[in-house]
Amino acid sequence: MPRTLLLVGTRKGCFLLESDGDRRDWALRGPFCEGWPVYHAVHDPSSGAIYAAAASEWHGSAVWRSPDLGETWTLSSEGLAYDADGGRKLSKVSTLAVNNGRVLVGVEAPGIFESRDEGATWSVLSTLAGEPGSDVWDDPANQPPGHLGISALMFDGEEPSRFWAIVQGIGLFETGDDGTSWAPRNKGLRADWPRPHEDVGFCVHKLVRSPVDGDRMFQQNHVGMHRSDDAGHTWVEITEGLPTEFGFAAATHPHDRDTFYVVPLDPGHGRCMPDGHAAVWRTRDAGESWQRLDRGLPERDAYVGVLREAMAIDSYDAPGLYFGTSTGQLFASVDEGESWAEIANYLPPISSVEVAQID
Amino acid sequence: MADLHLPGTLTPLFAGLPRRMDVDAATVAEAIDRLELQWPGLRDRLCEPGPELRGHIHVYVDRERATLDTPLELGSRIDVIAAISGG
Repeated sequence: MPRTLLLVGTRKGCFLLESDGDRRDWALRGPFCEGWPVYHAVHDPSSGAIYAAAASEWHGSAVWRSPDLGETWTLSSEGLAYDADGGRKLSKVSTLAVNNGRVLVGVEAPGIFESRDEGATWSVLSTLAGEPGSDVWDDPANQPPGHLGISALMFDGEEPSRFWAIVQGIGLFETGDDGTSWAPRNKGLRADWPRPHEDVGFCVHKLVRSPVDGDRMFQQNHVGMHRSDDAGHTWVEITEGLPTEFGFAAATHPHDRDTFYVVPLDPGHGRCMPDGHAAVWRTRDAGESWQRLDRGLPERDAYVGVLREAMAIDSYDAPGLYFGTSTGQLFASVDEGESWAEIANYLPPISSVEVAQID
Repeated sequence: MADLHLPGTLTPLFAGLPRRMDVDAATVAEAIDRLELQWPGLRDRLCEPGPELRGHIHVYVDRERATLDTPLELGSRIDVIAAISGG
């Protein structure tokens, strides 16, 4: 019987929920990581380990590792720092990506660290120095409002030296040589503000890629949903039909290149689901049309948000969708979003949800 | 020897780390160095690169706010405090 494991990063530690292949009944364990704020927790299928990027107000940033699905945990930040002489400070570890035992972590101020020894030690892989816009993020006095950091990383999956990185408020970049050189991938994106350079200045919130067609990508942007059919080289906007242009979370269907899920939010400071009516939205035609999916979700007075990494989809024949809210509810659907069930409540604010299938 | 007291948020992170111990050191930085030898990684939990104490870690020597350079006397009491913050 396969096991299905949800990894939930929250403001008060990491939680694990486990079910079987039916995904109807869930058992919760946690909190882990000593209650540190966990921004992203991921499972490495090659080693079976769980990694959690966490940052304590008291004790700084570290990456926690569990080799045994949460039974035991250790943490390390050895090497997870910029040179003190350079003036650049590592204030937070934000996002993780794993590929065949190698672990990348994206941090604030913008930089990517890697570990090749299962998270025991870390070293700087790239700060995207010299890329358009880096003069902005390298100069603290010149930074736009908000936190600038590497907010997401995505491996190619086939070519180990190829991956994508999102720099908050700057845009999407791709490297094909392990971070030695980068190319901005923002053509066709919209920005409703002055930009520091024609290639950058875009607010990419979330990037996802179809597992069945590597050229097909979607992104939730600060201003609009966008699709790419050439692996991010060019983008077209597909916002029409959605209730708002703003959101964070997104997921691609594991078997259908045209199906994609998002959670639109109010674009103002509230950043909650519009009108207090919770819903996930789905397209089955690559953004030509959208369907509201809300059966089983709260229909009124639900002022909840869903953050960047807080939605996940598994790869069963009938894929399961999961999302966690900024107010600590966790919802699941085992019929591709048609209906939903609350599988946890009263958790701390949820930062990330990932799903692992374990044989 | 100085009489070192550590915050309860630190001890779960390092196997066998007590809340209170005697440390033979001339400064606060040296005391942290001693801890680092026995519990690798502990310095990172108290200090940022520089090194300097983390913003929410306060150290007191004989009830006076201290820095890494603060000297220790024989029998000094060192209190490492995780500042009250968060919610």
